[in-house]
Amino acid sequence: MADDHFSLFGLPARFDLDTAALERAWRDVAARVHPDRYATASPAERRVAMQWAARANEAYRQLRDPLLRARYLCEQAGVDLQTESNTAMDPAFLMQQMEWREMLDDARQDPAAVARLQAELDQAREQMRGTLAELLDERRDPAQAGLKVREWMFIERLAEELAAARPLR
Amino acid sequence: MALLQISEPGESPAPHQRRLAVGIDLGTTNSLVAAVRSSVAEVLEGADGRPLLPSAVRYLPDGRAVTGYDALAQQAQDPSNTIVSVKRFMGRGIDEARATGAPYEFVDAPGMVRLRTVQGDLSPVEVSAQILAVLRQRAEDVLGDDLVGAVITVPAYFDDAQRQATRDAARLAGLNVLRLLNEPTAAAIAYGLDNAAEGVYAVYDLGGGTFDVSILRLTRGVFEVIATGGDTALGGDDFDAAIVRHALAQAGIDAAGLTLADRRGLLVAARAAREALTDADTAPLQLMLQDGRVVALELTRAQFEQLAQPLVERTLDSAHRALRDAGLAPADVRGVVMVGGATRMPVVRRAVGELFGTEPLIDLDPDQVVALGAALQANLLAGNRAPGEDWLLLDVIPLSLGLETMGGLVERVIPRNSTIPVARAQEFTTFKDGQTAMSVHVVQGERELVADCRSLARFELRGIPPMVAGAARIRVTFQVDADGLLSVTAREQSTGVEAAVTVKPSYGLTDDEIAGMLAESVRQADTDARARMLREQQVEARQLAESVRAALQADGDLLAADERARVDECLAQADAAEGLTDVEAVRAAVQALSAATEDFAARRMDRSIRKALAGRKLDEIA
Repeated sequence: MADDHFSLFGLPARFDLDTAALERAWRDVAARVHPDRYATASPAERRVAMQWAARANEAYRQLRDPLLRARYLCEQAGVDLQTESNTAMDPAFLMQQMEWREMLDDARQDPAAVARLQAELDQAREQMRGTLAELLDERRDPAQAGLKVREWMFIERLAEELAAARPLR
Repeated sequence: MALLQISEPGESPAPHQRRLAVGIDLGTTNSLVAAVRSSVAEVLEGADGRPLLPSAVRYLPDGRAVTGYDALAQQAQDPSNTIVSVKRFMGRGIDEARATGAPYEFVDAPGMVRLRTVQGDLSPVEVSAQILAVLRQRAEDVLGDDLVGAVITVPAYFDDAQRQATRDAARLAGLNVLRLLNEPTAAAIAYGLDNAAEGVYAVYDLGGGTFDVSILRLTRGVFEVIATGGDTALGGDDFDAAIVRHALAQAGIDAAGLTLADRRGLLVAARAAREALTDADTAPLQLMLQDGRVVALELTRAQFEQLAQPLVERTLDSAHRALRDAGLAPADVRGVVMVGGATRMPVVRRAVGELFGTEPLIDLDPDQVVALGAALQANLLAGNRAPGEDWLLLDVIPLSLGLETMGGLVERVIPRNSTIPVARAQEFTTFKDGQTAMSVHVVQGERELVADCRSLARFELRGIPPMVAGAARIRVTFQVDADGLLSVTAREQSTGVEAAVTVKPSYGLTDDEIAGMLAESVRQADTDARARMLREQQVEARQLAESVRAALQADGDLLAADERARVDECLAQADAAEGLTDVEAVRAAVQALSAATEDFAARRMDRSIRKALAGRKLDEIA
């Protein structure tokens, strides 16, 4: 029972997930296993509660974030995303990637370029969500989904760099 | 998942009948103890009728120590033996302690700085323990019984070394620590429960020596910290130091030539002026130095605010960073709870109001709100909550945790603002053929280079079977518990050879040192105290035996025959402890029984949690 993240929360193992239901389920599980419930219990009991709470928090973290959720589903299906040998990427995406890199360089001087790149990345992210919902939930093709996940990881890395390039206030 | 726990020597399950638990705010400037009495949290006053205990300890040549207002009154006369703001040195080395500019004679020591006094070189942990011991005594006097435990608050931005030091101080003061609770979170509990608040709130906590800002989401009895930021070396003390620098510059006096007493006197005068400026437009600052020179000026509020501006800006930077981490804009924040005496400064209130576009919430006493929240949490943890009066606290770690990799770079294992408890593992490999050992260096901080982060621990994983480079799979697991404290294990996986190491970060006091200090205090304790300890241990033996018997009845099937025999043997010894007079023998019987039932307790707990989770799903289907 509760051996994978989805069943821990009693949710169907899908990419397209009801995030409000996920949040409710996490809070419910957290409330049952949180070490605060066992503050005066024995060390062994507190340790077990802590392990369950850590597990619930980790499962929630991975399911809440769409990219991590897609990764988790791929990995559960036996797709190895870490494989360095499997670096093949869609040539069109490679072109897109270079274009974005150039935009990021511009963005360091130009606030308008920041907004432009941000909008493009937001759009790309939305497309990824749709594509992965189709690949994982409809066509059930985790291998193809794995390729898309790697592209998505690149998009998020770029988004992080963009955020870091922006002034704090 | 391979997890572990830092063992807790001397800690045992709390008795089940007595439920007195307190919240303690161990502050830089003032400390407080609070408790829930007749379902209302209130600060417990000292014999002098005052709620605050200044965090000041004066060590006298005869071996005694004076704590609180009496110590404070003497600080300019006896600066090196009167320790104030000791919190700033918790878990810190000598360089960081010196950087605060605080007027003490610092002594270098492994792990943590020491302070030279007439009673020898004292660790900040010992000085803090002295303050905690006074608060513990105050609580026991007012409440009329022993405590089952305490919730001690720490700045949210405290790193692992500072948290560990705080917990050590509490143990040294004889307190059972139910939880280390982040100060802004404690304030949010007090405020949220008082006002039935819902939505996103910020807590801006500027104390005497530390600054925290936390962003929380409050929903139906859940206090969820989304992000936290701060600076553990920024507080009211720094505003005072800025005033002193200004005053000396005005008077044309070089700070280098001042005595410890001069420097202390100036800081005291600056603080008085700063506090006066909360209501007045100008305040005098006057002091005669030991060599007869006079520092005298009239400080206007405008001048002070100019001096304060860079410090205020630093707090606003932290607030912006926390908002960015939370993925929120200032307008998303429904209210800002102000905590800490330093938030009384009008310049601070104005800046915070402008940032969040809302009038800061100041209806709770900024000096007391943290202790009150801690008392509420202590009461909850002790199991005293009334039905329906329940809440869940989900806090985060303030700083990322990682490992040193090739080239002095940091590999992040757990990012900041992760909800605790958290466990996460990372795999590493060997880089040389036949490599049989690997050194693991654990660091905390946000920077890319190891040199810019705080070093928490180093240890070696030995006994890796010789393999070609890159073949070994070494899994390093980080575990952060609900107190925000870290433990780390490493294990070689590919061959199934287990070489696990548990580290306790390499700062502060060792377990042996603490055990030694506790043994000393026991030796010095009078016969009454020894009799009380014997009684306590016997009660504990009885209660533990009872709960083990109940557990055997319910879940005895979880034990194999030989395990059961061992438990029965220890049970008999615990029963026999009733007639003993030697505290240590009783303690040994209790420890033997709890050791013998540890796995059993873990299995029962696992069964009960699985049952509870399964039950939840049935409820949902129904």
